[in-house]
Amino acid sequence: MTDITPQPPGFEAARLTGDATAQDLETLRKRTSVYVYEAPVRLWHWLNAAAILVLIVTGYFIGAPLPSMQIGEATQQFVFGYIRFAHFAAAQLLTVGFFGRIYWAFVGNHHAKQMFYIPIFKKVWWQEVFFELRWYLFLEAEPKKYVGHNPLAQAAMFFFMTVGITFMLLTGWALYAEGAGQGSLPDLAMGWLLGLVGNSQRLHTLHHLGMWAIIVFMIIHIYAAIREDIMSRQSMVSTMISGHRTFKDDRPE
Amino acid sequence: MSEIETFYEVMRRQGITRRSFMKYCSLTASALGLGPAFVPKIAHAMETKPRTPVVWVNGLECTCCSESFIRGAHPLAKDVVLSMISLDYQHTLMAAAGHHAEAALEETLEKYKGNYILAVEGNPPLNEDGMFCIVGGKPFVEQLRHAAAGAKAIISWGACASYGCVQAAAPNPTRATPVHKVITDKPIIKVPGCPPIAEVMTGVITYMLTFDRLPELDRQGRPAMFYGQRIHDKCYRRPHFDAGQFVEAWDDENARKGYCLYKMGCKGPTTYNACSTVRWNEGTSFPIQSGHGCIGCSEDGFWDQGSFYDRLTNIKQFGIEANADTIGMGAAGAVGGAVAVHAAISALKRAQKKNQDKVEG
Repeated sequence: MTDITPQPPGFEAARLTGDATAQDLETLRKRTSVYVYEAPVRLWHWLNAAAILVLIVTGYFIGAPLPSMQIGEATQQFVFGYIRFAHFAAAQLLTVGFFGRIYWAFVGNHHAKQMFYIPIFKKVWWQEVFFELRWYLFLEAEPKKYVGHNPLAQAAMFFFMTVGITFMLLTGWALYAEGAGQGSLPDLAMGWLLGLVGNSQRLHTLHHLGMWAIIVFMIIHIYAAIREDIMSRQSMVSTMISGHRTFKDDRPE
Repeated sequence: MSEIETFYEVMRRQGITRRSFMKYCSLTASALGLGPAFVPKIAHAMETKPRTPVVWVNGLECTCCSESFIRGAHPLAKDVVLSMISLDYQHTLMAAAGHHAEAALEETLEKYKGNYILAVEGNPPLNEDGMFCIVGGKPFVEQLRHAAAGAKAIISWGACASYGCVQAAAPNPTRATPVHKVITDKPIIKVPGCPPIAEVMTGVITYMLTFDRLPELDRQGRPAMFYGQRIHDKCYRRPHFDAGQFVEAWDDENARKGYCLYKMGCKGPTTYNACSTVRWNEGTSFPIQSGHGCIGCSEDGFWDQGSFYDRLTNIKQFGIEANADTIGMGAAGAVGGAVAVHAAISALKRAQKKNQDKVEG
């Protein structure tokens, strides 16, 4: 496969792409890409990723602050204040983004809906979950092609992103409401959660656990995306940049 | 004139001068966050309204609420309020004892039926039919239900009555239960703290006696005027928090400089109380001012949140002492390790496949 066969002279590919092989040309003849992720979805993905990164770093430092700094008098120094500001600002971005993403699930294409549900009543879906598990356990020689998320990824997206971000937004806004004060907008929206949990420290603890769940997701997500980009039969990383899913072979299964 | 005296009459009988009475009214108005216009209103109410009797019962508790109450910062306030409360029955303050005391309680409950305020200090244990707390030969829970039946409203004094406090801490062998989970058909106002601040107690009781209604409550049923903000929101060390200047260890240089106690596990950011504004012992100080973090005594289940010096709640489901961060780091570490191993195997598999392809190709 990797051997480069010499090109016949005058072959049209030579005019198109200087270093195209006959095999490359055969590939080029077929349409092998599907437009999956529309611009708003891609924009949300990267904004969301950036916001989460900021939230994790600042959130960790809010829970376990950096060593004390002696830049000046307390009145001239706002280190912790800026860290908290960054956290809150990123959280607002995350919130707006998430609502925008939900909106896009309604008006966007078919694939924009995929992370908001898991088809647990579909037998085929479960079969594919087990197939994908077998692929990750090195029990399958070759993975299937997927235009959208594979079923395992869909489940991960649903639980860690859709449910996970919802959980972080709810608990986060409930915590923010404490500082914003009773009667403030965040308090009116989310203050009830503190009453439900009963104790603010417990709420903080839940918020921390949520952060770690998202960190675990990040590790798996980034690893799986890169691994599948290399080892699967389709594009992964570039799909979230261009929106196009390209395939490396033309077998339908 | 009705047979029940007015507040004013009671006060005058207690030897309180008109001048002192007016001072008390303005003090009350300011303590409750009311404007000067309310001073004559309070005075008028107290001169004309028959006094509302308060019956004070004690369950499983340590009497720290009573101790706090009788040490009100303004001696006048506590004298006045004490004079208004029916001391026919209050375990630690009443003159009577034994059958006389129980009879006095019965008489008060009967005489003011549907009209008195029931102040509960402590809580009833429910296991073994409530036998872990016996008052007058009967389980306290029976006395509580009996006294609550004719009450207009109930005040839950302190963390015990409001949330359960130490006797309800896991595993709660006596099943000590906060008042609002036993009495469900009466308006209940929670005044948590271990103990609550004296001025908060007198302020709440005065408001209820004067205006004949509950003060504005927050979602957890606490008076919003005293429990509306966290210790942290009004802490005088807050600038050091925002600056990122923390006490790193007990007795370090930063501790001497009075930096923020956040890293020492101060529960100020998670505790709703008025300590940082009203303070304690006639406004002298409060825990943070004396160099120790808040322990969150006015929060639900504060004994079960792990160490007083941790920021996160202990999670006991994992058998060992763990909190969200140790669990999270463990999980992230395990997943990270698994990913690394998986990546290595994937690379090997791929190399193997390439070799095969080469051989076959």
